[in-house]
Amino acid sequence: MSNQPLEAVRVLAPTGMLGAGFSEATVERGLALGADVISVDGGSTDSGPYYLGSATAKTTAAAVARDLRILLTAAARADIPLVVGSCGTAGTDAGVDWVAGIVADLQAEENLSLPVARIYSEQDPAELKEHLRAGRVHPLAPSGQLGAEVIESCQHIVGMMGHEPIVEALAAGARVVLCGRATDTAVAAAYPLMRGMPAGPSWHAAKIVECGGQCTTNPVAGGVLATVDTTGFTIEPLAPEAACTPISVAAHMLYETVDPYLMREPAGTIDVRDATYVALDDRRVRVEGSRFHPADQHTIKLEGARAAGYETMSFSAIRDPGILAELDAWAEFLRAMIIERVRQTLGLGSDEYAFDLRLYGHNAVLGELEPGGPPPREVGVMLLVNASTQTTATAVAKVANPLMLHLPTPGLPYLPSFAFATSPAEVERGPAYEFVLNHVVDSDPTAMFRTEHGDHAHA
Amino acid sequence: MPDRATPSIGDLAAEVRSKNAGPFWVTMELFMRDAAGYRIVADPAFLNETVVADLYRVAADDVRMFRIPSLNVVKISFPRPVPQGSLHDRDMHAGQHHVPLALLPVPEGTS
Repeated sequence: MSNQPLEAVRVLAPTGMLGAGFSEATVERGLALGADVISVDGGSTDSGPYYLGSATAKTTAAAVARDLRILLTAAARADIPLVVGSCGTAGTDAGVDWVAGIVADLQAEENLSLPVARIYSEQDPAELKEHLRAGRVHPLAPSGQLGAEVIESCQHIVGMMGHEPIVEALAAGARVVLCGRATDTAVAAAYPLMRGMPAGPSWHAAKIVECGGQCTTNPVAGGVLATVDTTGFTIEPLAPEAACTPISVAAHMLYETVDPYLMREPAGTIDVRDATYVALDDRRVRVEGSRFHPADQHTIKLEGARAAGYETMSFSAIRDPGILAELDAWAEFLRAMIIERVRQTLGLGSDEYAFDLRLYGHNAVLGELEPGGPPPREVGVMLLVNASTQTTATAVAKVANPLMLHLPTPGLPYLPSFAFATSPAEVERGPAYEFVLNHVVDSDPTAMFRTEHGDHAHA
Repeated sequence: MPDRATPSIGDLAAEVRSKNAGPFWVTMELFMRDAAGYRIVADPAFLNETVVADLYRVAADDVRMFRIPSLNVVKISFPRPVPQGSLHDRDMHAGQHHVPLALLPVPEGTS
């Protein structure tokens, strides 16, 4: 592989998330179009703090292996690199090792010997506290200053890498780069940047392809190919039945971003205020005018999750129109009765545990923001209990069980029986977690990440 | 409930959507069907930071609005009022929180 600058770099983005699936034909189409690199995101915070807190993946191994088998064999056949971001959903060290293990198995099964690099992004609390003491840690809105005790309370903390550690791994000869937590964009921007493409188009193209086919008119059909060159980039869908339009591409800058024009990366800020989106034909869009402003200070964003008690869930349902007509009064009565019965039986005050009562079909999703509507036909009653131990959480749910079976509305002269969904009704959900870090560290681009070569997970 | 005679923002939009923007923010987009619909929702006399703050019970100072005429889009972002994944978070991806905004009736005589 030459490291000389190219005239253009073609980035194949097969899907928005490794393990979500894509048609093999769309990857073949990308190779036929001359893909120079395959990049795919393996994670996100979007499904909640559990995956970072527990260092486990949202995706199942078989789905990740299915996608990786296609991508590894495609990369080997075309002799192009494969970059995987945020391995194992949260990008913990365990997540990187988990994906590395899957890659090792697949390489053996497919008789491949692609050199692998693993880039670890978990952070040592002691080192972070040193950064904190030195004044190198800063809050992002809407968070406040960080305390050392918050760092100590986290189960896992990851730093989000930019493109630099990925470029280093590729330059060292890796053909498969398995990243811990990385920005979604860095995964796709790394190779164009490495091959000399300008920063504005490289980063903007990376943002547009980070969710695969989301920037097309048919997001479920497959991914996209972005051709980055010295003046801009051209984007086209991999599925023949899908199209990129100026609106579908421009609109993707809005997706999951606070600001539609400016987006901070570790090395600087993507600026698309002056970007133009022009249809080349009915499937391809040309984007020019994207800029990237290098930051005075390189920063690494932190993500941390800490334990937040244990949860037990119980689920019943109501169909009786008489109860449904007085549902809010019934729910208020249930809340009061749970608090009363827990005090009588378990001796716990209402500050020693917490619960959320959700009336699905009535107002569970929006709560007090619910604008209202016609009366529901049936309502699911979910009780979610949080306590400092699993035993306590389940005990509270069990105390609530007879109430969720038989509690009448105030004034009803008989005991109704409601529709429990399962037996036992209580489901122990295990430990709960919460996100607590929303801060950046002033740092060298690679100092907070550790790269190891070889696909065998470290001990 | 809005009067049936008065169209809502959602009635004039191709899509109204909401989603997390990281664990600490929620963001919403009104993709209006045409420039006429865009002019209605882009008018700060109708839709502004205070209206959004009242609808979602957040502080008006925290609401960020972007009016994008080239796409007929108004985008709104504010810090997530309920921490993602906490006991009282009923919408993990904040993907259903666009509904109160979509149901907001537009001013009479504008549509």
